[in-house]
Amino acid sequence: MDAILLQILNGLDKGSAYALIALGLTLIFGTLGVVNFAHGALFMIGAFCAVTLSKILTISKEVVDPTKTDFLGNPLKVKVPYIESWFGESFGGAIIDWSVPLAILFAIPIMLFVGYAMERGLIKHFYKRPHADQILVTFGLAIVLQEVVKYFYGANPIPTPAPEAFKGSFDFGAMLGFEANAIIYPYWRMVYFLFAGVIIAGVFAFLQFTTFGMVVRAGMADRETVGLLGINIDRRFTIMFGLAAAVAGLAGVMYTPINSPNYHMGMDFLVLSFVVVVVGGMGSLPGAVAAGFLLGILEAFASMNWIKDIIPGIDQIIIYLVAIVILLTRPRGLMGRKGVMED
Amino acid sequence: MSNSNMTRRGMLKTGAVAGAGVALPTIFTASSAAAYTNEPTGSTVTLGFNVPQTGPYADEGADELLAQKLAVEHLNGEGDGGCLNTFSSKALKGNGILGKKVEFVTGDTQTKSDAARASAKSMIEKDGAVMINGGSSSGVAVAVQGLCQEAGVIFMAGLTHANDTTGKDKKANGFRHFFNAYMSGAALAPVLAAEMGKDRRAYHLTADYNWGWTQEESIVASTEAMGWETVNTVRTPLAATDFSSYIAPVLNSGADVLVLNHYGGNMVNSLTNAIQFDLLAKVANGKDFKIVVPLYSELMATGAGENIKGVLGSMNWNWQLTDDGTKAFVKSFGEKYGKPPSNSAQTCYAQTLLYADACERAGTFNPCGVVEALEGFEFDGLGNGPTLYRAEDHQCFKDVLVVRGNMNPTSPYDTLEIVEKTPVEQVTYAPDHPMFAGGALGSCNPGA
Amino acid sequence: MFGLDKKDTSLLMIVAVLTMFAPFILNPFPTDSGLAQFNAGYPDLMQRFVIFGIFAIGFNILFGLTGYLSFGHAAFLGIGSYSAVWMFKLLSMNIIPAIILSVIVSGLFAVVIGYVSLRRSGIYFSILTLAFAQMCYNMAYSVLGNPASSYNLTNGETGLQLLLDDPRVLGVSATADGSIPVTNLFGLEMRGSETIEMGAWSFSFSAGYYVSAIIMLLSFYIAIRVFRSPFGMMLRAVKCNQNRMNFTGLSTRPYTLAAFVISGMYAGLAGGLMACMDPLAGAERMQWTASGEVVLMTILGGAGTLIGPVLGAGAIKYMENIFSKINDTVLHGWFSFLPDGLEDFVVFVIHPFVGKGWHLTLGLVFMAVVIFLPGGLVEGGQRIMNLIKRRKKSDDDAAETQPAAE
Repeated sequence: MDAILLQILNGLDKGSAYALIALGLTLIFGTLGVVNFAHGALFMIGAFCAVTLSKILTISKEVVDPTKTDFLGNPLKVKVPYIESWFGESFGGAIIDWSVPLAILFAIPIMLFVGYAMERGLIKHFYKRPHADQILVTFGLAIVLQEVVKYFYGANPIPTPAPEAFKGSFDFGAMLGFEANAIIYPYWRMVYFLFAGVIIAGVFAFLQFTTFGMVVRAGMADRETVGLLGINIDRRFTIMFGLAAAVAGLAGVMYTPINSPNYHMGMDFLVLSFVVVVVGGMGSLPGAVAAGFLLGILEAFASMNWIKDIIPGIDQIIIYLVAIVILLTRPRGLMGRKGVMED
Repeated sequence: MSNSNMTRRGMLKTGAVAGAGVALPTIFTASSAAAYTNEPTGSTVTLGFNVPQTGPYADEGADELLAQKLAVEHLNGEGDGGCLNTFSSKALKGNGILGKKVEFVTGDTQTKSDAARASAKSMIEKDGAVMINGGSSSGVAVAVQGLCQEAGVIFMAGLTHANDTTGKDKKANGFRHFFNAYMSGAALAPVLAAEMGKDRRAYHLTADYNWGWTQEESIVASTEAMGWETVNTVRTPLAATDFSSYIAPVLNSGADVLVLNHYGGNMVNSLTNAIQFDLLAKVANGKDFKIVVPLYSELMATGAGENIKGVLGSMNWNWQLTDDGTKAFVKSFGEKYGKPPSNSAQTCYAQTLLYADACERAGTFNPCGVVEALEGFEFDGLGNGPTLYRAEDHQCFKDVLVVRGNMNPTSPYDTLEIVEKTPVEQVTYAPDHPMFAGGALGSCNPGA
Repeated sequence: MFGLDKKDTSLLMIVAVLTMFAPFILNPFPTDSGLAQFNAGYPDLMQRFVIFGIFAIGFNILFGLTGYLSFGHAAFLGIGSYSAVWMFKLLSMNIIPAIILSVIVSGLFAVVIGYVSLRRSGIYFSILTLAFAQMCYNMAYSVLGNPASSYNLTNGETGLQLLLDDPRVLGVSATADGSIPVTNLFGLEMRGSETIEMGAWSFSFSAGYYVSAIIMLLSFYIAIRVFRSPFGMMLRAVKCNQNRMNFTGLSTRPYTLAAFVISGMYAGLAGGLMACMDPLAGAERMQWTASGEVVLMTILGGAGTLIGPVLGAGAIKYMENIFSKINDTVLHGWFSFLPDGLEDFVVFVIHPFVGKGWHLTLGLVFMAVVIFLPGGLVEGGQRIMNLIKRRKKSDDDAAETQPAAE
């Protein structure tokens, strides 16, 4: 029982990452009809916004410490961040400690701009082009973005820890009456889950309750008619693209403490996020979110030892297996709309 | 071979002589000019450095490449000579190898066996390389080693830690300087027993591919031999990035030690996840919970950041050693590149010098001569202390380091501290040890 | 000729001439010159060109004709390779049985995967094929590859390779001098090669390359026949409007399935040939990146055209193998004629695009081609041809007007 509860927690957490990425992707792919292979790269850029902010905050002056020596036997140069020398060690240190949450503020304008620039500069010209061309150009873009990041940050993962206050884990087991340590869960992962919930709710509310959202939904359903009504749907789609980029970016920012970011983390998620979107059904935002959580939870269950004992290697293929079963039983995924990307 | 396998470089000299009359295109088909693949006939000899330049291990490959370039410089008598001054064999004189200036070509393994073989082939077929060196994974090492055996060139493995490389997949033309999983287990076990006690219960998470399997086997065997119990061994997909669902059940399993048989990005993520679950602060079976990472590298330590503090593991070499060979190498690497070398860089550097030295002693680049010179070769002064290249399996036997994540690092470079230098006797095994059985060296292949 | 019309015959002839003289064409620079770095005429790369050409031609039969975008074609490549290596291990080092088995086995897999996947169209089809291929890859990498288990089919990460103790029924386990026998075609060794020196140039002729090239020409010929056949017309009709086809009472499934199986067999043939040239089969051959690569090759060259996929395959493999080997030392060698400061600057500028940065160049080429040449490389070729024709024409005009001016 406790093992199952534990894996549900894990699944929700994995699922929230999948759902966030799929949500952004489905805004672009499921509704604008653009196969965006650069979506994983947007997630990665978000993560590197956090890395960049923490690098900026820790720009340091070097102080020579004559008591110690470096690897060549010369006096050691100790780095002291300017921010600590300006604001004092405690307050300056706290700012550095909170660099990941602070990076949200830093990442939102950057990601909106990246999304805007991508749509205006590149994607706009590809709405009418075949999907194959969209794949080639966005894949090319993804490689270029990755390589640029690699050029500046290297290929090795870069540790970006969560604030001290969120380190460690919470003992759910004790609270629910199980024995101690039966169900423990890290604080930051809970933060990530809540954060994902807020973002998802925010995007839905935005589309559901604002005039802008209404127009966009109308545009998704029938772009031409909305255009004929004299509404500039193109501009709104540009903004949607920016929004999708921001959602992917924020998912990346908050993910950095969970796993140290590296330049190809976007590619690791790319294929998976396409599977999630398609299993959820093309053109359906709730479908993408539901599929994200469903696949996350199933993946967590598949990694349980007694299941692996019955079917060896099931955790390696579960996502794909589920995708096949769902697509064969439900032709358009969980909640897909008819006619979106079916030909 | 029914057809002559003559290459361009082998033909150069004859071509040049015959082509003296330039105007007529002279056509030659090679018949028996070369005694072995890519015999260098000009004033230079070409080495092939095959390292990952793209993909997750690109930084590790970049570090290897720096060390290889340094080795070439030292061989050609440039720079401060590095380990040539401390090396016990004095055959190398800093005038290239056998009087020929050393040149090199580079290739990208992408850490995929296919791509690695393609780039090694290109270096052999197109550039006339007589030796291939480098790499950062055992899959690649075994694949390239097989290729070099077929092509008739020497393979000096880079970072490869699986037992198979000099076990069931060993080849006569291949040599490994790096230590292996068995040695990690043999070196770690006594330290683990001393630090954690002999009645621990271990839970293994293992990357689900060849290297992970051999390491798990080795660590399980050596820890069980000293009294530990293995609670469970769980395989994790190589492609996994989030290990939470594998780590979460560990505390409930009755285990009090977690062994992470992961490397590179896998290890960085699984260790980070384990620290998130606060495992090191927990108490299980009345003991403090511990984590062990049997194979460490400097880059992994950097990637895992704070999380490695206090975590034990093993290494082939570390720049903080104090012997003359290490000092000479760290000095010349550090002064040139501004950072200390990693242990994979050291292996590639040492392998390049060892190859050059073997050619000098053999008096030929012929792979069979080199194999003979390296087999049973005893040396010192390259940083690892007295070392033997064993003839039976082409594995180096030398001291192994047990290291721990530094609690108080003073710079980005001393994130690991040396706990113990396990003497070579303790990590030596018989050539027919069951973990290494099943393969055969075969005979050396000079190609052509 | 061969049942082809004039245009196709001349295309086939051009391709035949190009492949037969590839060792010359791909080695345009003298061996000792700095530009020799750009020579691609060594056996391994030439073999890769034609083998990936076969792979892309086959992929194009499915994608170019029916519009079904399979994102899991690499699975068949990998299955072909594994089958071929097993044939070498168990039966004989002759490549004929290996190739036959790899085509058959990958065909069987294609029937099953195709039958299931083709129940859906569009992106749903793509994801189904992707899911099957990823399952094959993950299983081959881990569960099916554990040497300790009793069902070690793939040997995992290391790749399935030949050993000294393989039980080869027709042939020996090891040669007299203690090495593993070599793949051959009735005695003609695949790795055998012959080098010819002509002045400063040298050209190498590899047996393996010519065997692959001939098979590639055959595949190309079959592809032309498929494109021009009524069956090909039917497939194009599917691409145009499948619904309308169904309304006319025609079931399109058998046609698309046939196309899928044919292209799967092409992929298996390519995989088998890869194993013949280099007897090792690695699981990475089945990864989604490999499937993606053939998609990119086809689109880069020009989807739906006959020659495009071959060009795309060549372009990508060329960059992977040539650009990745250009390191700083090579760059300094090229630009050593420049003054020191300028030399360092030029090297600094080019450095991010070559060697370890070859991916960046690849990405930029993808973007440039799709932005400026919507039809792929083939369109680039057509534009150049048109330009030449137009210039020729205007030259002719000029020539005509010239005398009048006198």
